Amino acid sequence: MIVVGRACLILALAAAVYGIGASLYGARGGGTAWVASGRRAMYSLFGIVAVAFGLLESAFLRSDFSFDVVASHSSTTTPDFYKATAIWSSQEGSLLLWILLLAGFSSLALRLTRARLREVAPYAQAVLLGFAGFFAVLLLLFANPFAASSPVPAQGTGLNPLLRHPMMAIHPVMLYSGYTLAAVPFAFAIGALVARRLGADWIAAIRRFSLGAWLCLGIGILLGARWSYVELGWGGYWGWDPVENASLMPWLTGTAFLHSIMIQEKRGMLKVWNVSLVLATGTLAILGTFLVRSGVLDSIHAFVGAGNGIAWMFTGLIAVMVAGSIALVHGRREALRSEHGLDSLLSREAVFLLNNLVLVALCFVIFWGTFFPLISEALTGTKAALGPPWFSRYTVPLAVLLVLLSGIGPVIAWRRATAANLRRMFAWPVAGAAAVLVALLVLSDTARKPLALALFCFAALVLVVVGQELWRGARARGSMTREAPPAALVALVRRNRRRYGGYLVHAGIAVLFVGVAASSAFQHARDVRLSPGQSARVGGYQLTYVKPTAKLASEKVSLGAVLRVRKGGRDLGTLRPTRGYYPTMAPDKGPVGGIFDGQATSEVGLRPGLRRDLWTAVEPDLGPLQRFITQADRQFAGAGSNVQGVLVAAIAQRYVQRPPPATFRIIDSPLVTWIWIGSLIAFTGGLIALWPAPAVVRRRAATAARTGAAREPARA
Amino acid sequence: MGYCSEMDPSRKRRIRLVVALSVAVLLAGALAYTSFSASSEARSPSQLARTGTSGQSYQLTGKVATGSIRQQGSTLFFRVRDRAGSASVPVRYTGVVPDPFREGREVIVTVRREGGLFVGEKDSLVTKCPSKFTDKQTGKA
Amino acid sequence: MDLVAFLVVLALLGAAVWFISAPLRAEPEEEAGKTDLARAAEVERLEAARDAKYREIRDAEMDFRTGKLSEADHRGLEAELRAEAVEILRELDEARARGLQSGQATS
Repeated sequence: MIVVGRACLILALAAAVYGIGASLYGARGGGTAWVASGRRAMYSLFGIVAVAFGLLESAFLRSDFSFDVVASHSSTTTPDFYKATAIWSSQEGSLLLWILLLAGFSSLALRLTRARLREVAPYAQAVLLGFAGFFAVLLLLFANPFAASSPVPAQGTGLNPLLRHPMMAIHPVMLYSGYTLAAVPFAFAIGALVARRLGADWIAAIRRFSLGAWLCLGIGILLGARWSYVELGWGGYWGWDPVENASLMPWLTGTAFLHSIMIQEKRGMLKVWNVSLVLATGTLAILGTFLVRSGVLDSIHAFVGAGNGIAWMFTGLIAVMVAGSIALVHGRREALRSEHGLDSLLSREAVFLLNNLVLVALCFVIFWGTFFPLISEALTGTKAALGPPWFSRYTVPLAVLLVLLSGIGPVIAWRRATAANLRRMFAWPVAGAAAVLVALLVLSDTARKPLALALFCFAALVLVVVGQELWRGARARGSMTREAPPAALVALVRRNRRRYGGYLVHAGIAVLFVGVAASSAFQHARDVRLSPGQSARVGGYQLTYVKPTAKLASEKVSLGAVLRVRKGGRDLGTLRPTRGYYPTMAPDKGPVGGIFDGQATSEVGLRPGLRRDLWTAVEPDLGPLQRFITQADRQFAGAGSNVQGVLVAAIAQRYVQRPPPATFRIIDSPLVTWIWIGSLIAFTGGLIALWPAPAVVRRRAATAARTGAAREPARA
Repeated sequence: MGYCSEMDPSRKRRIRLVVALSVAVLLAGALAYTSFSASSEARSPSQLARTGTSGQSYQLTGKVATGSIRQQGSTLFFRVRDRAGSASVPVRYTGVVPDPFREGREVIVTVRREGGLFVGEKDSLVTKCPSKFTDKQTGKA
Repeated sequence: MDLVAFLVVLALLGAAVWFISAPLRAEPEEEAGKTDLARAAEVERLEAARDAKYREIRDAEMDFRTGKLSEADHRGLEAELRAEAVEILRELDEARARGLQSGQATS
């Protein structure tokens, strides 16, 4: 069956090559039959890749170690859920997932547009098939998922224990969905440029895919941050790691596009800007895939060493995408001329434009910082890296400005807004922001962090704006249709999904940034070394190391501690952070030492709350035990797993009976939970905006406008 | 569409464009300038042993030398060696130790030379998640 | 490679080839010429522009009802938008008529 999988990849490549030829021939005069054939090549590619993926997945589920990939990433003792998700913990499996998602979303896009965009679709098809073909070549030449293992091992290496978390299982799927969904607008933009069909229709066709990409990327980024917070023994959720940044950049340009697209729809402006944003988002998505898969930048995520075949392939693809994009946009710049200009700096267009500039500036800063090692190497000969402080210095002020703009944008009218109107619309929001400012200055010491203070005030502004919009909208609708306020509100959102979904996203992002600002600027963190009985004071809490814990499970040994938490004298319960040790398979390690020299994970002791989180992690000191471990290794070298189990139990027992001091990392950060709440709100808003409006509403709106428009000549 | 651009609006637009571009160039320039001074150069252990000046911070990249990890209280002592080679330098580090930290793993740590020892900046230790492909050679039974 | 695997691959190949070549083997329909395609694309573009304009009119009304536009501003804006919509509708009718003409010419 391994051979079938490999044959499937060859078939997929053949389908891609044929499809590109057929689509281009059909576009150049061969006729719609050839274009339809090319479209079917994409559908077939999806089917074939699905078969290959299914084969590999079933191999994982059956723990078939004749597949090399299965043998090196799974084991019979891995739980079933993680057996299924182990497929994309490997380089090969994740590339196969990528091509599967690309083919799936491309097939969907091509099916939805098969009766429209007849001049654009063939070129878009060719581009999407080109991507699929590229990944098929990678899978065939550089990262073969269907390599046979020889000899076939009896047991697999097992899944990296850091990945044994439901969020880590879904995180790659979400990110890849985001990246592949971003390829669809890219392809249609190329098609529109080549066919010189740059009117309103191609934008309307790709809007949903851009929104879908934005949503999936956002969820993927968030899952990564949440996992980092609850799983890693570090206590942070964002480290400006190159791979984190790689997923954030296309999300930023995608956000910019979703806003500027509205300007093009309404005013025919910014056509060059928009098409460049779409092309940039697609290129950054491929760049993001490249950074994770090729290890070109030093990062904790790097999968393979630098300078390999995959890195060169991706560099080539990105170079082609960038050069092609620039050439096409330059060649079609006549057709991309704006229909109108900016009427007034006090208009929604101007605010959106400023928002776009801030987002692109953010993306540029992050890009520069991420690639700085390569830039400095090219310019000065030595690799130099920039750390989180540099990133924060530039991204934080931009983010604060972004939140402010997200509060102004919804309230300003299109084309031109009058000062009187602005005064009326901003009365309540500014009052809200001022109230928050005064409250924070009087009741807390927030003033020592002026940027955080500014952010809190701007977030208050955004929330009042959104609340005001919902209130006024429901009231306006209620007065027209005589509905009760709750029903009016629901109907309002249902009939204006893009608008109110968007407002909800703004509210969610504002809340998210409040959480980020509070937990970064007002955090109390301490690393302390405690013996049982000792206490430490962090923030407002007092934590006492009560006693050590040890637990043995089939695959790991957990050593930890029980911490009693008190605040202001009140007992708040216990936290139980642990550190889990997974045995290594290395033959040169002794039976006991091998346990503690393999992988280690942290089980965080977390006390979440709406106002603050108390986060703890423990690092047991194995030093005093080292003597006994080496002794046991020597005495029982080469012993079987039964003896190993007894020895480990003895060591664990000793740890509990005579516990050495352990190092604790304790963090008290305010409002962290609001990061997760804010992102849930934002994603709900995104879903609402994505949801297609009921057909009845669309028809009614069209009829009303048409009859209204028809009345116009009489009035004029 | 009937909204022909007169001289004034188009000149206004051009001025706005020029202003915006100049601001962008200035900001980008400031960004680039500060990044060179805020960055720390990446050095391998052998490079660092040869050319590291006291007081300047460097990004040390390499592998944790086998048998060199020693914990003393809350301070961690270990040696970092070249990826391909045996030259190594001693490092003293306090702060967060990432979960994957083990001997033989690739690490990145920001250090400052103090005499013959390199002191790691707090919380700057990054350990690469082990690549499955090299673990195969050393790890599989 | 064993027989079962070979047959499976052959079946996949056969199914794919049959599926992909179906449009080419089908009865050749009236092939739309380049001008027909261009006309159809023009109609599509105008329809999208019309929908966008309707959305703008609705949004302007929402803006007025939620207080972002004064009555006077809204009346002026709505008149502008409706005039633009009428223009688009007119162009759309012309484009549709042109498409019909070419359809009649070839039949």
